[in-house]
Amino acid sequence: MSGKSLFDKVWEQHVVVPETEDNPAVLYIDLHLTHEVTTPQAFTMLRERNLKVRRPDLTLATMDHSTPTVPISSFRDLAVVAEPQAARQITQFEKNCEEFGIELHGFDSAHRGIVHVIGPELGATQPGKTIVCGDSHTSTHGAFGALAFGIGSTEVGHVLATQCLLQRRPKTFAVNIEGRLGPGVSAKDIILALIGRIGVSGGTGHVLEYRGSAIRGLSMEERMTICNMSIEAGARAGMIAPDDTTFEYLHGRPRVPQGADWDAALARWRALPSDDDAQFDREVTLDISSLRPMVTFGTNPGMVVPVDEPVPEGSDPSFRKALAYMGVTPGKPLSEYPVDIVFIGSCTNSRMSDLRQVADILRGRRIAAGVRVLVVPGSQQVKREAEAEGLDRVFTEAGAEWRESGCSMCLGMNGDTVPRGQLAVSTSNRNFEGRQGPGSRTMLASPATAAATALAGRVADPRPYLQE
Amino acid sequence: MDAITRVRSRTLVLPYDDIDTDQIIPARYLTTTTREGLGDAAFADWRYDDKGSPRPDFELNQAGAAERRILVTGRNFGCGSSREHAPWALHDFGFRVVISTSIADIFRSNALKNGLLPVVVDADTHRRLVEHPGEDVEVDLEAREVRLPDGHTASFDVDGFSRYCLMNGLDQLGFLQRQEEAIAGYEQQRAWQP
Ligand code: SF4
Repeated sequence: MSGKSLFDKVWEQHVVVPETEDNPAVLYIDLHLTHEVTTPQAFTMLRERNLKVRRPDLTLATMDHSTPTVPISSFRDLAVVAEPQAARQITQFEKNCEEFGIELHGFDSAHRGIVHVIGPELGATQPGKTIVCGDSHTSTHGAFGALAFGIGSTEVGHVLATQCLLQRRPKTFAVNIEGRLGPGVSAKDIILALIGRIGVSGGTGHVLEYRGSAIRGLSMEERMTICNMSIEAGARAGMIAPDDTTFEYLHGRPRVPQGADWDAALARWRALPSDDDAQFDREVTLDISSLRPMVTFGTNPGMVVPVDEPVPEGSDPSFRKALAYMGVTPGKPLSEYPVDIVFIGSCTNSRMSDLRQVADILRGRRIAAGVRVLVVPGSQQVKREAEAEGLDRVFTEAGAEWRESGCSMCLGMNGDTVPRGQLAVSTSNRNFEGRQGPGSRTMLASPATAAATALAGRVADPRPYLQE
Repeated sequence: MDAITRVRSRTLVLPYDDIDTDQIIPARYLTTTTREGLGDAAFADWRYDDKGSPRPDFELNQAGAAERRILVTGRNFGCGSSREHAPWALHDFGFRVVISTSIADIFRSNALKNGLLPVVVDADTHRRLVEHPGEDVEVDLEAREVRLPDGHTASFDVDGFSRYCLMNGLDQLGFLQRQEEAIAGYEQQRAWQP
């Protein structure tokens, strides 16, 4: 019998009732993250059926998607700054959490932020857990060796009511990332290159395990960036085996076990990595030693090129439709396109290391005339830390806006949008048509590339800015 | 939830690959707190111009579109955001079946819970469907078969449990609730507590 993979181990520890030909497995969920946008219908269902939340202690709530990023201190201010239906949704979420006994990090909490930023920050995200949220980027938490995936609102109701989900066992996919990153090239470039290689449906039906020398060398924040975009490769989830980097990050965080419990947890976590003879359904290897900064040119994250290469030719209708929407021409490099907006934020790239990379490029320089630059920290904690380091002043002195935390322009639900027809370079994860506002055009890039673009006023390679 | 056993309808074809859930329903409609009435928002940015008027050349705006029950799309349909508003909007518009060569995982799971049957067919069947938009097609969930008017048939896979729930109009929560004893037992016996 062959050994077990990280995924196999986590899955098997959480099977309550095994799957059969007729029925899916009943899978236990250790942490349920919730936010205002995908839960209202689930709470309504609980009320209609007179059900309670089975494990409020395993449920954690924050508000992030439709919240304003201008400073507000109370729900009363909300009516002034937010769109009425968004304000209603936020207020109702607060009521739902109160009524069902769920810990909410609302406007008064020092820990409010994007749900995938605060889970790890609080230490609620831990190796070996099953984690779900009504949000596809739940894959982020896989960076800790958790099995973490997005679910729909009906399933949010299932987890609230029973702490379980009905699931068919997905297939496994080993993604070996080897080599060393060059200067100015980052985790974001790795994941964009991978999606370019396997395609936006390359991971469908699979859980990815990122492994190899390059992954071992990454910090937790970089690993989160990679796992975050597993969904953009179509995968159910992405995972990385926990190691000393993981344990060091977690040690001492509020929700992490302490003392003897920490030692016990550590022993358990050390047994999680895939066995040497573990089998995977698929495997791919990517050498990143000569990787260059990557930028998307189309309307899905798989349409991506190195920053200094021309846009490729393509003939199928979907490709042509995408290029027509973006207003880009095959054969021309992206550096020829002037940019209107630079968005630095989202659950992909809004943590301290991302903001530091941006600051390193912006420090002592001015952003190009006519470019609007929005820097939105992933959480209130990131905001405080960045301010303590003086990063906020680097941004504002360069001419950028510094905001409160939230999803913001990543999906444009809170009023932060890219106007129709304008071109944005964004550190977020989706360049779909209209993702950042109706008619908006998006190119995805790393924080460093976004910062260089802000200075140049057009898509720019960050590497020259680091040498000066 | 309405039961589905057999759906017969003219098709509506959107031949593009990788249609994501932001296209199926843009984020600005997600501030709703109910699941009803989202049909008007289905494909809003493709369907309406910047003044909110319907674009006459878009397929969902053409005469009879609201009576079409079968949507045919390019590969990797429903990728992106987990928003269940996507199947809610498609169902409310009138669709009961989506046919493609591949369908994204979360969308598929959401669709199956909302009376919208995701059907993956082989490339040849898909090509026939795309080349003849508006033809009268039958999708038989009981027989797991798609039937084209020229007599061509194709079988498709669907998880037995989801099929049973769809055919009987059942939601899946009842099944989960009946596992209560096993769930409580698991919580007590597991090696570590989350
Ligand atoms: S930052 Fe963007 S991708 Fe991440 S959770 Fe928010 S809306 Fe979703």
